[in-house]
Amino acid sequence: MDMSQYLEIFIDESKEHLQTMNEILLVLENNVEDVSHIGEIFRIAHTLKGMSGTMGFTKLADLTHKMENVLDLVRNGELSITSTIVDVLFECFDALEEYIDNLEKTGNEGDLDSSELVQKLQVIAQKGEVTTSKTAKKAAAAPTPKVETKPEDESVFTLSVNDVGSIINKAIEMGVKPYMIKVILDQGCMLKAARAFIIFNTLERFGEIIKSYPLAEEIEDEKFDDSFEVLYFSKLDEQYCHSELMKISEVKNIIIRELSESDAAVEAVKEDVEVTMAETEVEVKAAKPAKRKEDANAKSNDKGKTSKTVRVEIGRLDNLMNLVSELIIIKTRLEDLDSSSNRNNMNEAIEYLERITTSLHDAVMKVRMVPVERTFNRFPRLVRDLSKELGKNIKLFMSGEETEVDRTVIDEIGDPLIHLIRNSLDHGIESPADRVKSGKDESGFVALRAYPDGNTVVIEVEDDGKGIDPEVIKRKAIDKKLITVDEGEQMSEKEIINLLFAAGFSTAEQVTDISGRGVGLDVVKTKIEAINGTVEVVSNLGQGSKFIIRLPLTLAIIQALMVNLDEEKYAIPLNNIKEITTIDPAKITMVQEQEVVLYRNKTLPIIRMKDVLDFPSTEEVPEELITVIVKKGEIEAGLVVDSLIGQQEIVIKSLGKYLTGIKAIAGATILGNGSVALIVDPNQLF
Amino acid sequence: MSEIKEFVTYRLNEEYYGIDINNVENIEKVLPITRVPYTPPYVKGVVNLRGIIVPVVDLRTRFGLMPIEATDESRIIIVNVEELKIGMLVDSSSEVLQISDDDIDAAPNVRKDNNNEFVKYIGKKNERIIMLIDLMKVLSIEAQ
Repeated sequence: MDMSQYLEIFIDESKEHLQTMNEILLVLENNVEDVSHIGEIFRIAHTLKGMSGTMGFTKLADLTHKMENVLDLVRNGELSITSTIVDVLFECFDALEEYIDNLEKTGNEGDLDSSELVQKLQVIAQKGEVTTSKTAKKAAAAPTPKVETKPEDESVFTLSVNDVGSIINKAIEMGVKPYMIKVILDQGCMLKAARAFIIFNTLERFGEIIKSYPLAEEIEDEKFDDSFEVLYFSKLDEQYCHSELMKISEVKNIIIRELSESDAAVEAVKEDVEVTMAETEVEVKAAKPAKRKEDANAKSNDKGKTSKTVRVEIGRLDNLMNLVSELIIIKTRLEDLDSSSNRNNMNEAIEYLERITTSLHDAVMKVRMVPVERTFNRFPRLVRDLSKELGKNIKLFMSGEETEVDRTVIDEIGDPLIHLIRNSLDHGIESPADRVKSGKDESGFVALRAYPDGNTVVIEVEDDGKGIDPEVIKRKAIDKKLITVDEGEQMSEKEIINLLFAAGFSTAEQVTDISGRGVGLDVVKTKIEAINGTVEVVSNLGQGSKFIIRLPLTLAIIQALMVNLDEEKYAIPLNNIKEITTIDPAKITMVQEQEVVLYRNKTLPIIRMKDVLDFPSTEEVPEELITVIVKKGEIEAGLVVDSLIGQQEIVIKSLGKYLTGIKAIAGATILGNGSVALIVDPNQLF
Repeated sequence: MSEIKEFVTYRLNEEYYGIDINNVENIEKVLPITRVPYTPPYVKGVVNLRGIIVPVVDLRTRFGLMPIEATDESRIIIVNVEELKIGMLVDSSSEVLQISDDDIDAAPNVRKDNNNEFVKYIGKKNERIIMLIDLMKVLSIEAQ
């Protein structure tokens, strides 16, 4: 049986469950008394067990099963939860996460061995067993509480077999047992269609489904209450069918009735009465899996408690994005059209088009936006583990998790943030003893804040640790030959602190496992700059430090200044540009083989774009140089261009994988006339 | 049973070359090409192919021939190799040839120059010789 097409759904669902489990475990750790949390984790472990069992992932099923045993004991008050148990549960969570990761990457569980964990769980369970061995065994044997009372109406079958009487007889002749099976799902079952499908699949593993009530299509569309019925042929006995089906989670009860020849005959008599049912020939196998997948996907999103998100295939979004960019190109083309006879109409049309493109742009951007929560939600665990490891008592405060940024940005900021948090925990916050000595509260805090600010999103990582000592930084930088002693004397405090971001700089006195491998903050800076963001640090010696990351809301469409170099056109992103001016070539002097000019009482390095962009050199000296002054952090430089074209909204396109790592070029854009212009990346110029 | 393979043929000077049709996406008339700095000399630049930026390799330069101005016959063959979409500028391209396996021989290893590496096999069709090129080598793509 091919389950691969459901693997995706399985992984998605499992991840959601694991996320919830993680959150609850963290709450549980601080509040061990609360049994309701245990119930919740139990439910998750149980669901995971059921799902992985169905998918045939035995290791996952086994581990969750053992977790369930322990949790059940706790839930029934037979075992009180301790930090050891929570730790083991965390370990289980890690193992589960790794299994799921492996599944996602390779399609199988991988060979992570969880037998040790299983044993630990068993030991815990057995300790509880001293007094309550029976319950534990019962829990193991029947994880789902059985519904003892079967109300009358539940056992009544609506499914008619009158039209298939002969088939039933034939089956009995051949030694195959016909069953009427009624499946009753939990009332709270979220994905009835998917669940039903799993049941169908399970059944088909051992036999054949002849027909169902309601029709398979209706079941697929979730057009049934809590139960459905099938006529099922199988060689298995009733008991086995029952137990197999009960293994599926969210199944409340299974009623199985074996049909005899007389049943078939009796039903056949009723034929004329129930003609309407005669068309219930069902081909479960022909069901459209693709559609089901979509359904299941859509439904699984409803499950998320925190937010209702839509999973959209990124490829489709890119396509939409492409269309929008085409629209923008057409807009630009219209703008380029020279004065036609009906100038006013033209203008109106352009304005209209502009409105459309702007709102379309916004709409698409919104689809691409995801809350930073996605990245943030792994940090509580990180802080918990690290502070344990470091022997520090550290609290994490998070705010603004709902702040939204572009999907592409989200994927990129995770690592830098982990790095910054590790840094704060390891280098920033002092040991409890030191903290008490300096009159601080024994437990430190790390705050993670996100908020929108104009066209950017700001993420701050702040701690109340010892802050950054410029003197230490200076000494280290000199030691590591990043700067000379003289340079150190001349630098401002801010400049010195920014040396933290220099490559190969790590201030930890001891290299620890957590951070301080010398590849620290420069990686953070490179990563963030790669997505057009900035990072700066503010520090108060003795009171803590704050890293401020600024990220662009979107990466795809920007404002740019178009310039001419000979016949070629280039775009310079507007957010890099400080001002535009003209410079008298006579005023340029050479300093250390670099052309500079005194501008507004500051030395401004001059970069001739034609040299940088590999143009054939010319002798021609213009009367004045048109210079675009760009800034990178605190540093400025003047880019000499031939002429200016104007400001324009451009769509950034990648040059593709074939042309990668081209110096000074950030990408390309398409102009109104359909030709391509390259986008200059001023950050790479100096 | 010998297998029939299909090749898109193109011309450089008076020589005919063939590319496995499975690698060819489409054939375009020459589009405005934008130069990209710091690329190998044979990379002519990039073009806008209906909203997608596609790099273009000048096969004349790549095969060590004198570059010429594009003519009405010049074409850009858009190929797909290792998930890369690349355009190849050629003198002309017009037909798809079916060549039987039996008529395909390994390229004779006589010349020791660069060009020889690019031609993997020689196909024969109606007394014509078609050089079947190794796209990976011609575009200098590392296998992934």
